[in-house]
Amino acid sequence: MTTFSQKLQALYVQTPERVAITLQHSGQPDLPISYRQLMRGANAYARTYAREKIKPGEVVVLILQHGEDLVYSFWGAILHGAIPSIMPFLTEKLAPERYRADLSALISVTKPSAIVTYPEFESEVRGALKEGDSVRSIILTHKLEAQTDPDFDSLPGMKRLSEDIVLLQHSSGTTGLQKGVALSHQAVFHQLDAYSRALNLSDNDMIVSWLPLYHDMGLIAGFLMPILSGIPLVLSSPFDWVRAPYKLMQSVSQYKGTLSWLPNFAFNFCAQKIRDRNLENVNLSSWRAIINCSEPVRFESHQAFYERFKSYGLQLEALQCSYAMAENVFGVTQTDLSRPPKVEEIDREAFMVQRVARPPMNDRPSMKMMSSGKPLSNTHIRILDEHGKEVPERKIGEVALQSDCMLTGYYHREDATTKALRDGWFLTGDYGYVSDGEVFVSGRKKDMIIVGGKNVYPQDLESLTYEVPGVHAGRSVAFGIFNDEAGTEDVVVIAEVQSEDTAEQEKIADAIRQHVTTNSAIALRYVKVVGPKWILKTSSGKTARSANKEKFLKELEEQNK
Amino acid sequence: MSNIQTIVGDYVSTSILKQPQRKILTDEPLISSGLIDSFSLVDLALFVEDTFGVHVDDTELNAQAFDTLDQLANLIQSRQAK
Repeated sequence: MTTFSQKLQALYVQTPERVAITLQHSGQPDLPISYRQLMRGANAYARTYAREKIKPGEVVVLILQHGEDLVYSFWGAILHGAIPSIMPFLTEKLAPERYRADLSALISVTKPSAIVTYPEFESEVRGALKEGDSVRSIILTHKLEAQTDPDFDSLPGMKRLSEDIVLLQHSSGTTGLQKGVALSHQAVFHQLDAYSRALNLSDNDMIVSWLPLYHDMGLIAGFLMPILSGIPLVLSSPFDWVRAPYKLMQSVSQYKGTLSWLPNFAFNFCAQKIRDRNLENVNLSSWRAIINCSEPVRFESHQAFYERFKSYGLQLEALQCSYAMAENVFGVTQTDLSRPPKVEEIDREAFMVQRVARPPMNDRPSMKMMSSGKPLSNTHIRILDEHGKEVPERKIGEVALQSDCMLTGYYHREDATTKALRDGWFLTGDYGYVSDGEVFVSGRKKDMIIVGGKNVYPQDLESLTYEVPGVHAGRSVAFGIFNDEAGTEDVVVIAEVQSEDTAEQEKIADAIRQHVTTNSAIALRYVKVVGPKWILKTSSGKTARSANKEKFLKELEEQNK
Repeated sequence: MSNIQTIVGDYVSTSILKQPQRKILTDEPLISSGLIDSFSLVDLALFVEDTFGVHVDDTELNAQAFDTLDQLANLIQSRQAK
């Protein structure tokens, strides 16, 4: 069994000049980083962590944007034997006060010893610290030790054991406390072994990614896997991609990219928002798999993407799916890359009412389900009913999994760990069914909204609306409605107010939009402010989200008639 | 001059915010306030390009380059004049 540092040493010794990462920044030339340079940059951080007396096994939180510092500070923590955890950087959209509150909450649970950030951001970070908390050092990117070649024998990272925690991955949540998924060296390597086999990963591969590193898809598929496997990576940022989605195609063409991962909405986004003039001389024939992951997968999204780019050499079988989660390091299933994912047409009513996936009878309404593929070779899947009993094929239930790459636990959150595991099985909270050994994921157990690959709890959004003057606690409801065009969910917020005056209601709607967005970084598509008694409640006085959603959709339909 | 602000303002309220009644002031912050989501910035750039024949680069899709209808109108006009 190996550890990250041992693997890095081997790559540094065997292939020092091979390019590990090509970093892309909009408006700047691409920056190739060799394994030797990667280890020199990382060593500057390892030496800085040592200078700051950070001990192996302690957590270091990285608050940095896409770029060299984020890369080096992460691998530097590994070489030092510390546990890196990447926190999303403050964006224009999010209110600084909210960001500080989130950071304080994270610090109180995760208890990091150090935080790495830019000098310009130091005051923000200090604002989140409290007396007596765990943070002993704020490490600034302009006060580092020099970059030198590492002496692996003396690095504390070489003394880590394969069962030790190697990194924390914070599962997305909009506000409040987040859960850090703690993963061991061996769990990550077990995942990489199994997942690489499912992909037939080889030296001929070239991974192209713009995904954020604070999310499992970006961190594992678009960062750790290529770097630890000696597969070259072209890495840009979500910030640049969302403003110029065509650059993904240009990068794949230029570097002959073979593999990418995208959330479902990105297939629609690329299909709709790229102009032909940005695709001149672009050739996508090298792309052997673009893997749809982290949001419910939609056949229609693949179709739109294929239609848009097939004349640029895109192969139909390049469009693939995976079902993944941080708690299994990353991949749980993967479709067979040699053919397009299986698509089933199932009876809508049987699915909704009897909770079974079967072909539609006669001309009854149907829906298309796309397969997420078979479980990885090291992962077992069970579909459970509400009593925890396994159900037969084609019956819909909660997906549970067991593997040799599961999380060690939620870091310092025994309570959450106990709740998520039952007899050694991890309960995913996702609904799905198995057919012919392939997993079809059909929805979430909780009311969670998944928008643009981000998980959002409606309760969090509702609580934020109560902070807006004119809105009272318990008088708003948030939910997601699927937007076919966007390939993801739109967020709807409905708030009940005393005033029946339209101008007054518009004003409150504006205030809600502004307040919720700047405190959650989630854009609201519809904000509806209504008079008293609009919102439907259950008999116990709780807000019934699905009933309100139906009511909203009906009204929307009326309006559009 | 005010014409550009009106055309873009209508586009933002109708197509991006989906609130056609919503009046956008010409000096109201759009990006720094979170009113326009980052996912919609590329739509705005394409709209400006199609409507006014002016290219807005992806590196300019941020509050430093323009944040209000007035600032965007200035940017459009300065390029149209060339």
